[in-house]
Amino acid sequence: MKPTSSTLQRSLLALMGAVLVVFLALPLVALFVMGSVGDFQQGLQHPLVWPALRLSLLTTSITLGLTVLLGTPLAWTLSRSEGRWAHALETLLQLPIVIPPAVAGIAMLLAFGRRGLLQPILEPLGWSVAFTTAAVVMAELFVSAPFFIQAAVSAFRRVDPKLIIVARTFGASPLRVFWRVGVPLAAPGLVAGAALSWARALGEFGATLMFAGNLEGRTQTLPLAIYTALEADLRAAQALSIVLVVVALTLLLALKLLLRPGATSDRRSRVHADAEGRA
Amino acid sequence: MIQHSMPLALLGLCCALSALGCQQDASTSAAPASSPAAQAEAPVEDELVVFAAASLRDAFTAVGEDFERAHPGSTITFNFAGTQELRTQVEQGAPADVFASADQRHMEALVTAGRVATPVRFARNELVLVVAREAADRIRAFADLPTCARIVIGAPEVPIGRYTLQVLDRAGPHLGAAFRERVLAHVVSRELNVRQVLTKVRLGEAEAGVVYRTDAISAATTDERNAPSMAVVSIPADINVTAEYPIAVVVGAAHPGLAQQWVQAVLSAEGQAALARYGFLPADSPP
Repeated sequence: MKPTSSTLQRSLLALMGAVLVVFLALPLVALFVMGSVGDFQQGLQHPLVWPALRLSLLTTSITLGLTVLLGTPLAWTLSRSEGRWAHALETLLQLPIVIPPAVAGIAMLLAFGRRGLLQPILEPLGWSVAFTTAAVVMAELFVSAPFFIQAAVSAFRRVDPKLIIVARTFGASPLRVFWRVGVPLAAPGLVAGAALSWARALGEFGATLMFAGNLEGRTQTLPLAIYTALEADLRAAQALSIVLVVVALTLLLALKLLLRPGATSDRRSRVHADAEGRA
Repeated sequence: MIQHSMPLALLGLCCALSALGCQQDASTSAAPASSPAAQAEAPVEDELVVFAAASLRDAFTAVGEDFERAHPGSTITFNFAGTQELRTQVEQGAPADVFASADQRHMEALVTAGRVATPVRFARNELVLVVAREAADRIRAFADLPTCARIVIGAPEVPIGRYTLQVLDRAGPHLGAAFRERVLAHVVSRELNVRQVLTKVRLGEAEAGVVYRTDAISAATTDERNAPSMAVVSIPADINVTAEYPIAVVVGAAHPGLAQQWVQAVLSAEGQAALARYGFLPADSPP
């Protein structure tokens, strides 16, 4: 009786999961199978495809660089800070994750626009950001950096505090502790966070359209090109969507490869050896 | 995102509501005494689903209030969205009774596909130049447009963008052969709908943009409560183009009789007056 019942329960759980699997996979499958290879090739010839792909790769790379460069020290500091203000700041930094992208676009216009908050500073400098590639990067940074920060803070929090105390006791400077202990031990979490944030930047649409506009080669990223193509030709939009999915899939696979258990434990043991060597 | 999910949400709502409507129809027709004429006068709530281009929102809402008063027992559910989106939804069998398009081509495509009955033109919408308040002193006529540093127009894939390019083409003989290129050289963004063009100008991000007369009027109405954000400059009639608005009853509509009455209401003197109030031109005036 007992084995039957547990098999039944396991099947029930699996079945409930399967519903979600089908729901999540079906649209992606449809994207690839609803349409011929000829349609796809024709879609790839669409004049919007390549400038948009190039711009998307360029802007998301810059965004990712800025996110990691500025976000890693921020996350380290937050993970080592206690108290009300640190928690308040952490919550504030998560806010862009939950606000709709169009709201993000309006907020950015109100902050950096020609009639915005920074207008008294920006106008004398003759510096206007809307409709430039820089505006695309800013929109992407705004919506994607919080994903990295959140992942990085929790990755740093999982670092054994004893290792940090030991390193500090033996005279390592704060910068050295951050770079030689914190970053290597949190690396898998940092990479996962960076990938998530990059993917979010790649898919960014609403804030870019509001804040940066839509001009081929300058501000028209892949998602904007997909929406533009959709106005005229569903097949071109579908081909562009497939390009976007393939690029994202490639990144996910690369990430899995980078983070496979072997690679991680190697790094971890190197750090321990390093710490022990110093001790 | 918002533009896209709103119509979808409405579509879902329409599906649910029309399903309810069908059930009601079935129950009344099962009753022995009901004839089509009796049904129209019966106190049964008839729900007319009108799919209409976003620019018709204010005018159609006004026509709808009169219509509901004149047809007790009937309610109107509007689905206002971009013409392209509405066309796709009607193609996919959305439960619409009437389709009012801001563009002849999308309507013709639906006629060819057998999804709508013969359409009637009911209004036209002309293009105007809107100028941010910072540039309003400098840009007083359409001919001044090339002196703008930042111009925003519609993407060529959407009707407003296509019409804008037609105006620029037609401006050549009047304003110089290079007029089109001089304007396009200062285009900083090709927006996906007319509201985005308007927003960029009203925020001062762009100095000028080309929109429909009806959008400029609705923005000016909002401005009355605040400081004016922009100025409106007319485009000379000999180079301007107008968007033609056709309306048609959808094939297989749940309420074909009521749908036909809606088309008549839009074409009536009162309907045309409401459209004129919001900036539309009559359909039959010379181009």
